[in-house]
Amino acid sequence: MDLHFIWFILIGVLLSGYAILDGFDLGVGALHLFAKGDDQRRLMLNAIGPVWDGNEVWLVTGGGAIFAAFPDVYATLASGFYLAVILLLFSLIFRAVAIEFRSKRPDALWRRSWDVVFALASILAAFLFGVAIGNLIWGIPLGTDKEFQGTFLGLLHPYALLTGVLVVSACMMHGSIYMAMKIEGSFHETVRIWVKNTIIFFMVMYGIVSLMTMWLAPHMIASFKIHPLLCVIPLAQLLIIANIPQQIRCKKDFGAFLSSSAALVLFIFLFGFGIFPNMVISNPHLENSLTIYNASSSLKTLQIMLVIALMGMPLVLAYTVSIYWIFRGKVKLDPHSY
Amino acid sequence: MDILTLARLQFSLTIMFHYIYPPISIGLGVAIVIMETMYLLTKDPLYHQMTRFWVKIFGLVFAIGVATGIVMEFEFGTNWATYSRYVGDVFGSALAAEGVFAFFLESGFLAILLFGWDKVSKFTHWLSALLVCLGAHFSAIWIVVANSWMQTPAGFHIVGSGLHARAEITDFWAMVFNPSSMQRLSHVILGAWMTGAFLVLSVSAYYLLKKEHISFAKASLKIGLFLAFVATLGQMETGRISAEGVARHQPSKLAAMEGHYAAHAPADIYLAGLVDEKNEETKGLKIKGLLSYLVDNDFNAPLVGLKVYKKEDRPPVALTFQMYHAMLAIGGVLLGLVIIGMWLFLKRKLFDCQWYLKILVPAVILPQLANQTGWITAEVGRQPWIVYGLLRTSDALSKAVGAHAVLTSLVLFTVVYIFLFVLFIFLLDQKIKQGPEHLAQDTLTQRA
Repeated sequence: MDLHFIWFILIGVLLSGYAILDGFDLGVGALHLFAKGDDQRRLMLNAIGPVWDGNEVWLVTGGGAIFAAFPDVYATLASGFYLAVILLLFSLIFRAVAIEFRSKRPDALWRRSWDVVFALASILAAFLFGVAIGNLIWGIPLGTDKEFQGTFLGLLHPYALLTGVLVVSACMMHGSIYMAMKIEGSFHETVRIWVKNTIIFFMVMYGIVSLMTMWLAPHMIASFKIHPLLCVIPLAQLLIIANIPQQIRCKKDFGAFLSSSAALVLFIFLFGFGIFPNMVISNPHLENSLTIYNASSSLKTLQIMLVIALMGMPLVLAYTVSIYWIFRGKVKLDPHSY
Repeated sequence: MDILTLARLQFSLTIMFHYIYPPISIGLGVAIVIMETMYLLTKDPLYHQMTRFWVKIFGLVFAIGVATGIVMEFEFGTNWATYSRYVGDVFGSALAAEGVFAFFLESGFLAILLFGWDKVSKFTHWLSALLVCLGAHFSAIWIVVANSWMQTPAGFHIVGSGLHARAEITDFWAMVFNPSSMQRLSHVILGAWMTGAFLVLSVSAYYLLKKEHISFAKASLKIGLFLAFVATLGQMETGRISAEGVARHQPSKLAAMEGHYAAHAPADIYLAGLVDEKNEETKGLKIKGLLSYLVDNDFNAPLVGLKVYKKEDRPPVALTFQMYHAMLAIGGVLLGLVIIGMWLFLKRKLFDCQWYLKILVPAVILPQLANQTGWITAEVGRQPWIVYGLLRTSDALSKAVGAHAVLTSLVLFTVVYIFLFVLFIFLLDQKIKQGPEHLAQDTLTQRA
C-alpha cells in the first residue's frame, strides 16, 4: 500500500468522524424550530451543548490534513468554491454564536431570534456540504494549471442541489435519532415522530439521488464492474437504513444511532470508491483531474503526517470516548445549561 | 482597489479580529488553573467561586475564538491558493498538528470545564482545566511555528521551477525549530498571559471600586497581579531576544522597525519619530548608535540599512516603525503598572489605592493593543514577502478568485464581525455586572 492511498483513506476516516459527529448536531440544528417552547429548545441545545464544539474540530483537522497531504486539493477547492466556502464559514460562525448567546438573556425575542439563526445556519451548512459533494461527484471544470475555471452559479446545478437536500435529510435523520437517545418524557414521543418522518424524507432523497447518480454520473459506479463483489456494500447500506425504523420501534435508540452512523460512513466510502483515484474530477477535460498522486505532498511529508496521525489519533479517540461517556444518558437542565 | 489589497485587508481584518480572543483564552486559562489549584489545595469555597466565574468568561471568549478561528483555517485556501500550493508540504503539517494535538484537547476538556461541575470529581475537573490550558498553549505553539517558518524558513528545499515550484520538507525538526520559532513563541505566550492577567485585574479593580464582591475581587486581583508581574517582566527579555533574532535573520524588517535607511552605518534607536519614506529619512528623538550596540555590542558597528534593498524589496517603513514603537511604548506603560502594583501590594495599599484601581479598569485594552501592534510589526515588516525571501505576497493570491468576490466577502466579514464584537462586549459587560454566583448552600456548609 502506498502512502498516497493511506492518506486518501485517512482523510476519509477524518471526514467520517466529522459526518457521524457534527452530522447529528447539524441535524439537531435543522430540527430546532420544530421543538416547541423554551424548555424543549433548551433540551435540544443542551443535548449537543458539551460536544458540538469538539465535533467541529473534526472538520478543522480534516481541512488541515487535506492542506498538508493534498495541498492542491485544498487550494483548488477552497479558492474554486470561494463564495460557497465563505457562506459555509458564516453559517458555522452564526451557529456557534447562536448556541452560545441564546441562553444569555431571558427575553423571548432574543431567544427566538437566535433559534431562527441556529436553525437556518445549521441547514445552510449541511446543504453546502451536500452541494460540494454533488459537485465533486459531477466534476468541476479545471484547467491544466489545476485551477477552477467555472463560476459560483455553475456549482448550483440540479444534481448538486439534490445532493445538498440529501445531506440535509441525512443530518435530520441522524440528529433526530441522537435526540431520541438524549431525551425522555413526553418530548421523547415527539422526537420519535421526527425520527419516522425524517427517515421517510431521507429515503426519498436517497432514492432520487441514487437513480440520478446511476443515470447521470456513471463513473461513480464503474468500479463495481471491476469489483462486482463490492456491490455488497450499497446493499448492506440499504439493509442498515431499513433496519433503523425497526430498532426505533424496539426502543433501541442507541442501536438506531449506530445504524445511522454506519449508513453515513458507507456513504463516504461509496463516494471515495467512486471517485478513486481522483480527488477532484475535472468535467470536462477529465485529464486535468486532481488525483491522489498529482495533488499530493512529498512522500516525506506524507510519512511525517502519518507519524503525527498515529500518535495523535489514539489520543483523540480517547478524549472523544471519555467526553461522550461523561455526558452519557438523558439530558437534564441545570444551572450550567444553555 | 486591486485584488491584492483587498485580499490583504481581508486577511488582516479576520486575523486581527480573531486575535482578540485566543490570547485571553491562553492567559485566562493559566489564571483559572492557578485558581482551581488553590481550591484543590485549600478547599476554600472562595476559589471555587472564582474558578466558576472565570470559567464562564472563558467559555464566552472561547466560543468566539473558535468561530473566528475556523475562518483562518480555510482562508489560506480561499484567498491564498498559490501560497497554499507552494507551502502546503511544509506549512500544512504544522496546521494539521495543531488540529490533532491542540484543538481536540482544548474543545474536549472544555466541555467538562463548563458543564462537568456535577458530573466529575474535583480532581478530574481540575485536570480538565489544566488540559484545556495546555491545549490552548499547544495551539499557540503550532501556529507560531507555522508563522515563524514564513519569517525564517528552514528545513526545506525548492522542487520544480516556475509555476510548478514548491517548497518540500527535508527536515521536520529543522522546520519546527526554525531560527525564530522559539523566541517568537515565548514572546507570543507571555503577551497572552499579560492579556488574560490584565482582564482579571480590570474586572477585579472594577468590583473593588464599586465595593462589590470584595473578597472575590481581592483574591482575583492578587492572582492577576502575580501573573501580570511575572509575564510583563519576562516579556521584556523575550522581546529583546526576538529583536535580536530579527536583526540576525530579517535585516530588512529590523531596518524598517527603526527606520534605518543608510546602507551600512551605525543604527540608532528612536524613542519616537516620524519616517519620511519619500526622502528616505527618519527624524525624532533618538539614542545614537544604540541599535548597533544592542546587536553587535558596539555603538559604531554598521548595520544593514533599507537602502541596501531595491525599493520593491522593502517593507512599508512608516507603518512598521510606528507599530513597533507603539508596542514598545505600551510595553513600557504596562511594566510601570505592574511594578507600581507590586509595590502597592507589598506596602499593603493595593486594595485601597483608588487612582491605581481606576487605571487598571481601562488598562485591559493595553495588552490587546500591544499584541495587535506587535503582530502588525511582524507581518508588515516581513513584506513584500509572504515567505521571507522566497515567495512574494503578490504572487501568492488565488488565481481562481476575482476582486468582486473578495470585495463581497470583505464587506460581509466587516459587517458580521462588527456585529459579533458589539454582542461580545454587551454579553461580557452583562456577565461582569452580574458578578460571581453567590456561594451555594453546600459549599457554605463545607466551609462550616
